[in-house]
Amino acid sequence: MHGTAKMPGICARSLSRRSSRAGFSFGRTFPFGQRDPVGGNDGFSLAGRVRPLEMLVRMLLLASSLVAILVTIGIVLSMAGEAVAFFSLVPFSDFLFGLDWSPQTAIRSDQVGATGSFGVVPLLAGTLLVSTIAMLVAVPLGVLSAICLAEYAAPRARSLIKPVLEILAGIPSVVYGFFAVLVLSPLIRALGEELGVRVASESALAAGLVMGVMLMPLVLSLSEDAISAVPANLREASLALGATRGETMARVIVPAAMPGIAGGVLLAASAAIGETMIVVMAAGMGARLTANPLEAVTTVTVQIVALLTGDQAFDSAKTLSAFALGLLLFLLTLLLNVAAFRIARQGEKQFV
Amino acid sequence: MSDPFSGVRLNLGRRHLQDRFFQWAGGSAIFLSLVFLALLLVSLVHLGRGAIWKTEIALDIGPVAQMADVQQGAGNTGKMVREAMFALFPDVIGRADRRRLLSLLSPDAQLELAAALRNGRPVGQHRAEGAGVGGKLQVWLTASDTLDMVEKGAVDLNVPEERRLVSDRESGWIRQLEENGAIRRVFNTGFFVSGDSREPELAGILSALVGSVLSLFVCFVLSVPVGVLAAIHLEEFSSGRRWAGLVEVFINNLAAVPSIIFGLLGLSVLLGTFGLPRSTPLVGGMVLALMSLPTIVISSRAALRSVPLSIREAALALGATRVQTSFHHVVPLALPGVLTGAILAMARALGETAPLLMIGMVAFIADVPSGPLDAAASLPVQIFLWADSPERAFVEKTAAAILVLLVLLVAMNLLAILLRRHFEKRFKETRGA
Repeated sequence: MHGTAKMPGICARSLSRRSSRAGFSFGRTFPFGQRDPVGGNDGFSLAGRVRPLEMLVRMLLLASSLVAILVTIGIVLSMAGEAVAFFSLVPFSDFLFGLDWSPQTAIRSDQVGATGSFGVVPLLAGTLLVSTIAMLVAVPLGVLSAICLAEYAAPRARSLIKPVLEILAGIPSVVYGFFAVLVLSPLIRALGEELGVRVASESALAAGLVMGVMLMPLVLSLSEDAISAVPANLREASLALGATRGETMARVIVPAAMPGIAGGVLLAASAAIGETMIVVMAAGMGARLTANPLEAVTTVTVQIVALLTGDQAFDSAKTLSAFALGLLLFLLTLLLNVAAFRIARQGEKQFV
Repeated sequence: MSDPFSGVRLNLGRRHLQDRFFQWAGGSAIFLSLVFLALLLVSLVHLGRGAIWKTEIALDIGPVAQMADVQQGAGNTGKMVREAMFALFPDVIGRADRRRLLSLLSPDAQLELAAALRNGRPVGQHRAEGAGVGGKLQVWLTASDTLDMVEKGAVDLNVPEERRLVSDRESGWIRQLEENGAIRRVFNTGFFVSGDSREPELAGILSALVGSVLSLFVCFVLSVPVGVLAAIHLEEFSSGRRWAGLVEVFINNLAAVPSIIFGLLGLSVLLGTFGLPRSTPLVGGMVLALMSLPTIVISSRAALRSVPLSIREAALALGATRVQTSFHHVVPLALPGVLTGAILAMARALGETAPLLMIGMVAFIADVPSGPLDAAASLPVQIFLWADSPERAFVEKTAAAILVLLVLLVAMNLLAILLRRHFEKRFKETRGA
């Protein structure tokens, strides 16, 4: 009733996130605890009377549902293939632990650094820096807004504010990138000059801030769902014992909703790591190992774009390294997604 | 010991403070987000509002006899335009100066004139003096982006000359043109009806828009049927089976895979293995389809799930097979919900940029693509390319293109909302009956 029926204003992105939450639940539950009377081997199927056309239709249905598995396998195989080719040129340990990223291809073979160096550590550090800034913005904004909307806002205000906030999730990331470059970066630079701090024209801070705002509705949406999924009797019991609303929220509801909130935060982190356009436009190109948010950093996704836009030979280490980066990115986000679903599912179990 | 609750009262203020903290912090979080949204939209409108205008310069072009030549395919419009421009400023003599003078006009002004003449449109008004074959016509031609920026007030003439886009000399010419009434502002139709260009004053969004529409069409045709069929299978035919759970896990994970990964898949499999043509809406649409597929499956499943179980039971009880039950009864009832989800997935695909960069849709494409196999750009990629361009004049084009994109997204979401309203209404009827 509450979960899927309402869909907010511009919410293309949030829809996918919201609905992916549907995957947290165990599928259908039926009244009276019976198993699905329509599906399954329940003794009512008329096996001898299956019509050929219907068989065909069911084959088609089966094939369609297998596409998702095929695509996943396709992703893994295609990237693994190129990545293996890459690791035959560059040792695996150099890639994973190298501190220098400069994937230029040599013009002469005796040139200094002719082979280029493919150390992924600066890229991961940059990704981590930008994502951390984004999460520092998205998590407090999202969780606090969710608490406010679920507990304190009047129903009318809630039904008005939420769709407006979901607009933030529907705006394409290229728009955020443009905003970061053209409005936010100059603003941060001006502020830095005012305070006497040197700020690079492309900074991790601008990209991270904008990304945080973009991910805020995702955190908000998943946290709010988790909060409203907490059984009412927990809340009522706490209030009946004389706890204030604030105490009930801090000591009863939020801890009970924690798995759902944590799942949402992990999904947001995964989205931050994989976000491309904002960092391509606003974070910079040069790989540098720094924790200073005012400097330009580069991320895994930025380098994939930089390596693959334009024409390159398909078998050079430079091009192949993009697929190794892609595989790394895929594995990282997969890890976060699986963890997010696991945690959220655990949370759903606790009240059943 | 007069008041047993004095201890409780003592703490009450502090405890309510916590309550107020939550209220205050949540409220300011919402407020901050709303402020950001407002700032984003206001700055986009502020930056992009100029793009609906363009600046034109009036030139006296002639003689009319020569224009007739152009209509027959002969004649040199470039020379006509140049002479008309020099005639406006007879005191500008040197080669370099004259070139700078000409740079006030769009580099393609001669083509604009030639095209207008060939189309047989009335290109201008006769000047009062000297009508007839030997006379001249006053023709309005597109000005350069520099002049356009000056007219729109984007160039601060108080800045020292060497750090400015326009020299004092040029701004003097512009002032002279203004005084003669030879500069006007018109609605920039070109922005909506022409393709990309290296010249900001000529660049339009049509080629990108058509590329986006073609990609979305391919995406819709591929992803919606497959996604809906997969949802029907998972929801109606295999719920509760173990491997259906496995498929669900795959779909949920696929929905959270970064979009750029789908671009890499497209690059290596669609372009590499299958050898499909680069930079085309066909490949773009296929990549977007792979990306939207999980979203569509998930939202379609939710729509199917919300169809009351009694519908299925009634159909089965009357002897319908399970395929008949699904396709005659359940799916039609769930269709508005399914379409809502599909439209929202398309809206997301419309704004997607990163996977399209991977399959080469970043090439400079000026022509409007005529089919899904022509090289094309797409609207978000065009925004990215323009945002990367150094010319000041591209800023307003970028912001305006973003506004067009946002209008499209709003329209798609409104459509989805309307569909859902319809859906909810139908449901009440079903329940009441």
